[in-house]
Amino acid sequence: MAEAHPFTIESFYKYVSEGKLMAAKCSRCGTLHLPPRSMCTECFSTDFEWVESGKIGKLLTYTVIHVSPVQFQSMVPYAVGILRLQDGLNLPGMIRGVKPEEIKVGMELKVDFDRTLPSQWPVWPRYFFRPP
Amino acid sequence: MTGKPLVSIVSAGLARFGRREGIYGRELFAEAAKEAFERCPELDPKKDIENLIVGHMGESYEHQGHTGPTVCDWAGLLPIPSVRTESACASSGTALRLGILSILSGMYDIAMVGGVEKMTSRTTPEVTEFLAMASDFPFEQWHGITFPGLYALMATVHMHKYGTTEEQMAMVAVKNHHNGALNPKAHMQREVTLEKAMSSRVIAWPLKLYDCSLITDGASCIIMTKPELAKRFTDTPVHITGSGHASDAIGLYEREEFTTVSAAKLAGREAYKMAGIDHHKLDVAEVHDCFTIAEIIAYEDLGFCKPGEGGTLVENGLTTIEGKIPVNTSGGLKSKGHPVGATGTAQAYEIYLQLTEQAEKRQVDGAEIGLTHNVGGSGATATVHIYRRE
Repeated sequence: MAEAHPFTIESFYKYVSEGKLMAAKCSRCGTLHLPPRSMCTECFSTDFEWVESGKIGKLLTYTVIHVSPVQFQSMVPYAVGILRLQDGLNLPGMIRGVKPEEIKVGMELKVDFDRTLPSQWPVWPRYFFRPP
Repeated sequence: MTGKPLVSIVSAGLARFGRREGIYGRELFAEAAKEAFERCPELDPKKDIENLIVGHMGESYEHQGHTGPTVCDWAGLLPIPSVRTESACASSGTALRLGILSILSGMYDIAMVGGVEKMTSRTTPEVTEFLAMASDFPFEQWHGITFPGLYALMATVHMHKYGTTEEQMAMVAVKNHHNGALNPKAHMQREVTLEKAMSSRVIAWPLKLYDCSLITDGASCIIMTKPELAKRFTDTPVHITGSGHASDAIGLYEREEFTTVSAAKLAGREAYKMAGIDHHKLDVAEVHDCFTIAEIIAYEDLGFCKPGEGGTLVENGLTTIEGKIPVNTSGGLKSKGHPVGATGTAQAYEIYLQLTEQAEKRQVDGAEIGLTHNVGGSGATATVHIYRRE
């Protein structure tokens, strides 16, 4: 069951490897945390429950990266952005499946999952954004 | 309305910024220290300086950590206490803040604060990776988001929300290169045309090469004393009258707004309040233009104009050396260069020169009150300091 996972970033990425986007909801004050936190930074409670976040969101901002760190050099140019999910949470990530010139602030994108990588620090499976 | 001095700067030094091949960071720091010692013959460094705080961002560049005692040794200051501060690009802004606190604590009368970074022996992709370490690893770096990328994310929203243009951002580069051409210690001492800036290659759209600060080697330092001791060392001390420092979420995505650096707004408010002034009193400012959009946002966060009007401010020429509020007379991070750990106290060095009328060709006539604004990462750290001449 979901409750078996501790409320950590590593657990968030374990869920990603299962195709799930999970946030931690504070049982005391109700604040949603994404990434999950081990202590609620609003009320300092350590009681949480996992809730699955909707996967559709609105693009708040984006950029197209042409000069990348070493490990991303084979992918340039690539687009990244910050998605505002329906429950008000923000998530940064890569945008795939749209031509850079067709990306627009405010467009609707869906979170999808790339499960080809193992999920243990410092290597995690990646989620990404694509047109719904 | 002049503000009570917290501490007084009695000297300052800066190692020439640029590509300094064959020179280690500690040697650059010694070069900056030497200038500060020579500027202040009344000071006996070994006898008088009691504490050293040095900003340094990354041990990856030179495979060298433990920077405090390393530069303490090369500056000839052993065995005084020394420590390194790391707050990304605000590493020496926080060193400055802590230096002030060390004197206000009553434990020390005289302290040196500074910063150092030796960056150019690494390739651009390597430096891109090291700089990105100052952002969130699991959600930003892991998804390929670079430092220019983070500021590009801010620029995109600024353009969308306020109509700020790529031309206006390029105008920040043109202005700062004009100033840097007047600074013999700047990394890139040459003018850049708007056309050239606009047609330079894309780094992270909408930011192009000339929107980005330089990968630079450099070091800087200042020597500060209790205000009542300043006159023992110089007739022209520069007093620090306000100091502000605040933190924000490490991840840009976690913040309420992407068009402002909240920590800088808070630090500015704290510093203005302590100094008993508002922005109208400022004669000169050095702000953290790691990217051109960052200077535009700094204008807004520091109250030089309303949110969204930063692009117009630079377009109307109000921030040139002859303008209403001259910004980055040194050339800024854009043209003087951005050896990250050295930047905060390099800004203080420029304000020290301006307020003691030693800024030569880039001197702002009659400058009495100045400000420095130093930002770490995409805004998780910010320090603001306010200075006035005697």
